Amino acid sequence: MGRYVIRRLLQMIPVFIGSTFLIFVMVYALGDPVAALFGDHAPDPATAAQIRHDLYLDHSLPAQYIHYMKNIFTGNFGEAFSGQSVTSLMGSAFPVTIRLTIVAILFEIIIGIILGVITGMKRGKPVDTGVLLLTLVVISVPTFVTGYVLQYLFGVQLKWVASSVSPSAPFNELILPGLVLALVSLAYVTRLTRTSIAENTRADYVRTAVAKGLPRRQVIVRHLLRNSLIPVVTFIGTDIGALMGGAIVTERIFNIHGVGYQLYQGILRNNAPTVVGFVTILVLVFLVANLLVDLLYAVLDPRIRYA
Amino acid sequence: MRGATRVKWAVGVMAVALTAAACGGGSDNGGGGGSGSSSGGIVRASWGDPQNPLEPANTNEVQGGKVLDMIFRGLKKYDPKTAKAENMIADSITSTDSQNFDIKLKSGWTFSNGEPVNADSFINAWNYDALLKNAQLNASFFNYIDGYEQVHPDNPGAKSTATTLSGLQKVSDLEFKVRLNQKFSLWPDTLGYSAFYPLPKAFFDNHAAWLRKPIGNGPYTISSYTKGSLMSLRKWDGYKGPDPAQNNGVDLRVYTDNNTAYTDLQAGNIDLVDDIPAAQLTNVKSDLGSRYINEPAGIIQTIAFPLYNARWSSANSAKVRQGLSMAINRKQITDQIFQQTRTPASDWTSPVLGTAGGFKEGLCGDECTYNPAKAKQMIQQGGGLPGGSITIGYNADTGSHKEWVDAVCNSINNALGNNKACVGAPTGTFADFRNKITNKQLNNPFRSGWQMDYPLIQDFLQPLYFTNASSNDSHYSNANFDKLVNEANAETNSSNAVGKFQDAERQLVTDMPAIPLWYQNGSAGYSSNLSNVLLNPFSVPVYNEIKVK
Repeated sequence: MGRYVIRRLLQMIPVFIGSTFLIFVMVYALGDPVAALFGDHAPDPATAAQIRHDLYLDHSLPAQYIHYMKNIFTGNFGEAFSGQSVTSLMGSAFPVTIRLTIVAILFEIIIGIILGVITGMKRGKPVDTGVLLLTLVVISVPTFVTGYVLQYLFGVQLKWVASSVSPSAPFNELILPGLVLALVSLAYVTRLTRTSIAENTRADYVRTAVAKGLPRRQVIVRHLLRNSLIPVVTFIGTDIGALMGGAIVTERIFNIHGVGYQLYQGILRNNAPTVVGFVTILVLVFLVANLLVDLLYAVLDPRIRYA
Repeated sequence: MRGATRVKWAVGVMAVALTAAACGGGSDNGGGGGSGSSSGGIVRASWGDPQNPLEPANTNEVQGGKVLDMIFRGLKKYDPKTAKAENMIADSITSTDSQNFDIKLKSGWTFSNGEPVNADSFINAWNYDALLKNAQLNASFFNYIDGYEQVHPDNPGAKSTATTLSGLQKVSDLEFKVRLNQKFSLWPDTLGYSAFYPLPKAFFDNHAAWLRKPIGNGPYTISSYTKGSLMSLRKWDGYKGPDPAQNNGVDLRVYTDNNTAYTDLQAGNIDLVDDIPAAQLTNVKSDLGSRYINEPAGIIQTIAFPLYNARWSSANSAKVRQGLSMAINRKQITDQIFQQTRTPASDWTSPVLGTAGGFKEGLCGDECTYNPAKAKQMIQQGGGLPGGSITIGYNADTGSHKEWVDAVCNSINNALGNNKACVGAPTGTFADFRNKITNKQLNNPFRSGWQMDYPLIQDFLQPLYFTNASSNDSHYSNANFDKLVNEANAETNSSNAVGKFQDAERQLVTDMPAIPLWYQNGSAGYSSNLSNVLLNPFSVPVYNEIKVK
């Protein structure tokens, strides 16, 4: 187990370097950020050169990358053009997005798995067909449509919730955006759980458990659900990273100043430190989430061993 | 039912908490007394995150400019209605030769931290702004002042040989002299621009602290600033200027998306949105009625030609450019694509200047009037489109330019009876697009926009079309045009100067280095809590005039 974890951690190093370098190259390829700083005015060459020098942009791409990585290891993620350090941007953006992700994941786990179990147990019944149809609708409607519609309905017409989230973004304001963010994944979780449960209801160990006379509740939770959760946990695990990075649409609609918004601004303003810094953290989140998912397998299914 | 009650209850608690928080925040300014009004006399307005740190000479976009105009007052101020430059801190600005100016200040002005506004506040600020080392984006606005070349050499990598502008000379605390390096009669009228604002000693003593919470001399002070999300401005009771705030303050909230801001306006969460999203333009009149403002701003959109390229430098090429201009159905495009938030252009300036300021409707004449038959004939006379077809370059990341570029091309193709004559050519990002323009890499026409820095006809012509001027993206050069501009600048009488500028502008009709398309309007919408909302010539709301019910 320990060796397995160490091997996995070592594998992260090349993934980390490769992905950050790719992002760095991509942002670099978007063009000269200094030219855009001046707006419609043509840049004054001396000022532009001075800014390039201050931002280390007057070096070759590999030199910039090495300089950047050196700084990262000392905890210096550079500065956005607005003069804010990228670390302070992260400090304000990540907590907000993490809260949003927690709300979304909770929706996925609670609603998704419960619906999945119910439909899996009642295959072919009206409940099953109804939920299947519903998830199909949810999956096929783009997030920005559901987002704007729900915002208009609950925020403007019914006034149950504020139509936009305040800068501090407390949990209670994030319920609707969290639901919007979760919806598509929620539908997948429902469907995955349903299939998995449906498959396992016919398994030998379930029949044994039932034959032993265990209470129905215990059969479902201890035996059936636990074994059926492996694909679902895999999905939710990888979804954590996807939700954090993919919150751009939801965050824009509900005016949430989180990771998605900062990334969008960084790309729009062609600001390499912001984009690479945020993506670096997201890459780490992805890697750690994946590792945790793999380790969770053993908890769910004791037959799985790590070497 | 039960769920609904619970949500209502939660909303009620939140409302109480928010009101409590708002009272707590406002109490130190003594402005929380608006009984019956939920906002306590505070205007809640939408905002965008400023791109650069808030320094007068480092801010060249609207969002940062809004704040600077609220917390600062300069030598002059542009009248929100007429765009005329009027003395503010300046008592008088006089010159006998259009080159040496004597500036006298009014006494009694102070910064909100108590420091007096005197000649040093201006001289120190301008020296800081122009110095190359400080890399201020607007440094080039000081290039008319004598000694600029020493403080800010033009070549990349060169070092400054002086740290102060030799053209600035202090006479007394309330008087200083400015020597320009060329004649420029309208120069005093440029001094309303935010780059020329004075700076307090606090700026130089602790720069980092000042940037966190800028201190100015205007009708508002910044009471709190959370970068990227909220800036609270409060009325400054110590403000002695002629235009104090009519409200208790302004809360500027950063919006990720103007659609959300508009939704919040409808939901009653904010009072003022100064950028109506394109998608809402069809509903906005029924949603807001008379609380929707749509009026011209000092912005003109053009299609510029890379005149440095062989495709566009032949003797007959001007005919082709004129023909292309006549092939564009401006009225139809502004009506259908922009829902009348643009006004078809018939000169190279903007209606906000007013006729006295140099705007002349129809100056471009037939050359800017839709006439497909004549257009085809002109293009043929000029030898046809270079290479048989053209593209129009634009950036695809912001501003949804694709729609109108396609419409313009469509209009040209219809006129020529050839559906392959013109297509749009997107570039991914604005940065890359600007890069190609600056590096002279384009060989086809491209979209070009110009937002004025100050409401002067000079600002619409000289930076864009004077030989080697800073934003002359076409690299247009015409000796007659240059001569007329120089003469206009040397005039001591401003109406003579405007006349000369218009003569120069007539040269553009003949050469057509850029096709005027339309003047852009500013748009805004506000809630029924507000009154007296108007947009200034820069399409920014005049915040200090807004009254809260």
